[in-house]
Amino acid sequence: MSEIEIRHLTKKFEVNKHWITALEDVNLSIESGDIYGVIGMSGAGKSTLVRSINFLEKPTEGQVLIEGTDLAELSGRELRKKRSEIGMIFQGFNLLEQKNVIDNVCFPLEIAGVKKKEASARAIELLKMVQLEEKERAYPSQLSGGQKQRVAIARALATSPKILLCDEATSALDPQTTESILKLLKEINEKLGITIVIITHQMSVVTSICTKVAIIDSGRLVEEGSVEKIFESPSSDAAKELLSGVKRQASSLEILPAYRVIRIVFSENSAYEPVLSNVILKFGVPVNILKADTKNVNGKAKGEMLLGLPDDPEVQEQIIAYLKERELIVSEVKDYAG
Amino acid sequence: MLDEKVILMLLEGIRDTLYMTLFSTFAGYVLGLPLGIILNVTRADGLKPNRVIYRILDITCNIVRSIPFLILLILLIPFTRALVGQSYGSTATIVPLVICAAPYIARVVESSLNEVDAGVIEAAKSMGASDFQIIRKVLLVEAKTSLLTGMTITTGLLLGYSAMSGTVGGGGLGDIAVRYGYYRWQTDIMIVTVILLILIFQIIQNVGMKIANLLDHRKR
Ligand SMILES: Nc1ncnc2c1ncn2[C@@H]1O[C@H](COP(=O)(O)OP(=O)(O)OP(=O)(O)O)[C@@H](O)[C@H]1O
Ligand SMILES: [Mg+2]
Repeated sequence: MSEIEIRHLTKKFEVNKHWITALEDVNLSIESGDIYGVIGMSGAGKSTLVRSINFLEKPTEGQVLIEGTDLAELSGRELRKKRSEIGMIFQGFNLLEQKNVIDNVCFPLEIAGVKKKEASARAIELLKMVQLEEKERAYPSQLSGGQKQRVAIARALATSPKILLCDEATSALDPQTTESILKLLKEINEKLGITIVIITHQMSVVTSICTKVAIIDSGRLVEEGSVEKIFESPSSDAAKELLSGVKRQASSLEILPAYRVIRIVFSENSAYEPVLSNVILKFGVPVNILKADTKNVNGKAKGEMLLGLPDDPEVQEQIIAYLKERELIVSEVKDYAG
Repeated sequence: MLDEKVILMLLEGIRDTLYMTLFSTFAGYVLGLPLGIILNVTRADGLKPNRVIYRILDITCNIVRSIPFLILLILLIPFTRALVGQSYGSTATIVPLVICAAPYIARVVESSLNEVDAGVIEAAKSMGASDFQIIRKVLLVEAKTSLLTGMTITTGLLLGYSAMSGTVGGGGLGDIAVRYGYYRWQTDIMIVTVILLILIFQIIQNVGMKIANLLDHRKR
């Protein structure tokens, strides 16, 4: 049984007598212990999807099952109980501004009717885990963004949930802070065995901690699988776009016509040979490096390059064949406008 | 001019004014606070949207608020008499003051609660909080500074209205000012009462704002 199962989920919103389809027939299984990434462009429906997991958003059609329980079948009270078993953190932290750090962490326990003393003890334990025990009495306005998110994480874990939902939890933070928060999430996943769902629009977040990823594009789930697989050989346009940071709907005026752009990915075993200089020497043509990057995907080094190939279609095919022979993963990049 | 009799009268005036102002603020909140909460909760993006309830309260508040206080005071004379047995004096004045204050307070409370960040409410929901818990532990707590500021302004307003009721025998400092200043041409006594009213107003404003600021944890 999956920890979270989403079946044929469709969500529509009525806005000024018009219906907007935010999600359409989404099917998804998230297993216990996963760090599951959901990635997509702004407005793709990511927040709507994650809010459906704890029924903050009720589906128009379809089902959400948590450990086999269909949330639609629960009474109001049962649903609230279930929600308390699912932690959630947000882009804007959403801390209670008029309560200090420890009272914020105690808040979900207070709601659940846990005794004050017991709640404080648990809160202190959690604040230690997120390394903020000395800020116990501080108010949110006295904390930095990263510290606020740590408090929010401690708060979300107060009721010992099995699932933690993160909606753009690092989007308001700088790269270093993002990294430290992601590290903390990974630790939580490993130590406490909590299933984590991470919503983001940044591929870097997915590649650094997620084990699996789903890609949503305009309300549809277009691709799903292990992060490694999608990083190496993305099949959907949305995935390629998110990987290369390239805009798909660039107007025809902006598109540089001339050459063909490809993306190559090399992993540890292929990274030794100086492939690119060999290509240039062998074919005697210039190859334009448009972008190059290495990423750590689940502990393995992966290199990524966008190449602009020379005009001659025959040479292009030869180069691609040569690269494939060297066990590099090659994919086309359409409408490169970078 | 300031003989013992006058001083005694002024002291009684202060007592009556404070009694009317504070009691009507209190009773106004007993009615207005729940109304304000209902307005906030039933509005389109509230916790429990309900068009019908919202519209009814909305229109009622607007109607009562659009009647000038002096006219309300006169309109309510039969009601006041039925309720407290007489239509003059400080206790009688409290009735129209409360009726006037309740919808005003409802509005002030509503707008304070509307300011609470929707994200914080969402977070509370995600923890499994019930609507009642959200009202009590999130809305009223997060909005407390704004609620206290609103209460201070309301108290000041009711102080002014209680003085206005002096023109129709409402008791308190306003009554003294009208009786001596207007009917007997004793301008000196009138000036003293006006100074006293200004002082009371200042004290209420300063104390109220101080408390609101002290309890606000949003700034460093
Ligand atoms: N409560 C709502 N009422 C009406 N439309 C909504 C509502 N919530 C979301 N939508 C619409 O549904 C679509 C998906 O929104 P959603 O917030 O899920 O996107 P997102 O992927 O989280 O985007 P972002 O990255 O900008 O947060 C958008 O078109 C949005 O306008
Ligand atoms: Mg979103």
